[in-house]
Amino acid sequence: MTDRATVYARIIELIEPLNLKKVALTEATTFAGDMEMDSLTVMDLVASMEDEWDIMIPLNMLPDLETIGQVADAVAGLVAKKG
Amino acid sequence: MTVDLLAKYDPLIAEHAGLLSTGIRDPFGIVMEKVLSPTEAIIKGKHTILLGTYNYMGMTFDADVVAAGRQALTDYGAGTTGSRVLNGTYQTHAACEDALKDFYGMSHAMVFSTGYQANLGMVSTLAGKGDFIILDADSHASIYDGCKMSNADIVRFRHNDVADLEKRLKRLPPEAGKLVVLEGVYSMLGDVAPLPELVAVAKAHGAMVLVDEAHGMGFFGEHGRGVYEEQGVADQVDFVVGTFSKSVGTVGGFCVSNHPKFEILRLVCRPYTFTASLPPAVVASAATSIRKLMTAHDKRARLWEATRRLHGGLRARGFKLATETPESAIVSVLMPDQETTALMWSTLIELGVYVNMSRPPATPAGVFLLRCSICALHSDEQIDIVLGKFEQAAQMAQLALHEHA
Repeated sequence: MTDRATVYARIIELIEPLNLKKVALTEATTFAGDMEMDSLTVMDLVASMEDEWDIMIPLNMLPDLETIGQVADAVAGLVAKKG
Repeated sequence: MTVDLLAKYDPLIAEHAGLLSTGIRDPFGIVMEKVLSPTEAIIKGKHTILLGTYNYMGMTFDADVVAAGRQALTDYGAGTTGSRVLNGTYQTHAACEDALKDFYGMSHAMVFSTGYQANLGMVSTLAGKGDFIILDADSHASIYDGCKMSNADIVRFRHNDVADLEKRLKRLPPEAGKLVVLEGVYSMLGDVAPLPELVAVAKAHGAMVLVDEAHGMGFFGEHGRGVYEEQGVADQVDFVVGTFSKSVGTVGGFCVSNHPKFEILRLVCRPYTFTASLPPAVVASAATSIRKLMTAHDKRARLWEATRRLHGGLRARGFKLATETPESAIVSVLMPDQETTALMWSTLIELGVYVNMSRPPATPAGVFLLRCSICALHSDEQIDIVLGKFEQAAQMAQLALHEHA
């Protein structure tokens, strides 16, 4: 059973090496605004999350995922749906 | 108070102004004052060798192609003023689709008004809600936009990475409809896709396959159909998309297929239906060009010869190229940064050589490129002049060159 807290903690670990500006990572931290991640880094991060939980995060879902909290919600949802 | 909707472009306006303030020519504002041939034009009064036009087979001034267009202009008028499905299909459009069917050996062909619209229309119409589109990360903007316009879920795999494609296909529900979108030649780096491997994986997971052969038509494969023909996967590809604005030498886009239900797409594909059809002169020129390309074996051989000469010559002079060997008729020179790229590009145009300057986000992986596309009509002398100018420009732009073993 993977709960949201576990998902969130692991997402933070996955983001850390890509957090080049060393901004504080919280539920409300945004990828584009706060971390200034470019689209290629985002793609790498998405791929690593997909591999981590063996899920699929469609590209068309990304525009709605602006903060780390929103990503954690989405990933937790996809993991739950997988069963 | 009115919110200025263009304010969001202020950073780009500032960047572009900064680029021009260094005194260089605008890389995105070139005007061709006279076009002398497929390989030469007058730009700002200067005789310039064109090395960035995608005019691979040099058909723009072919006497038969021009004559066919002129005749159709006289016979059918300047334009159709109508959609393909209303009053915009003339005999010339039907003849152009027949030429495509013959060229590709396929039973259906649909002509769009541009190549962009062909991808936009095919991708968005084939995949709907509940379906999946699986595309290469380096796909052309028209494919990405087609994805946006569809209601499908979009999955991206690493450029030309067979294992990554397979991993992603495995995660999809087996019962869902799937469209894998590939390109024969990727236009930024000029590299070619490993289609047999990619297509085999796609088919193994029950996906339909669309291949964009915009930059492969005319000179890959026995009949010039594209990379998919050369690599022997013609019977595995469900849809081939292409353009008239490269090897064919005019403008327009198309899709060809053997799918028995293909014709219904004319009624449901919005970028096909809700726009005016191509002028009769354009499709008449295209049809003539396509039929000539079927047997253009000498030109194909010449295109590869000129490409090898440019690729080998640039390498020997120490330029870093995007591909080790010439994989297509696009030779991309890797540049270190925007400033050097712009300066080098500007120096080349002052020296009478036009190439494309390419930068993110059009390019993959944030690279800066000076992109050359070769024409079958480039002479050895022209290629040698270009090589000399590249060397001269590198010196003037202080671009570091590398020694080759």
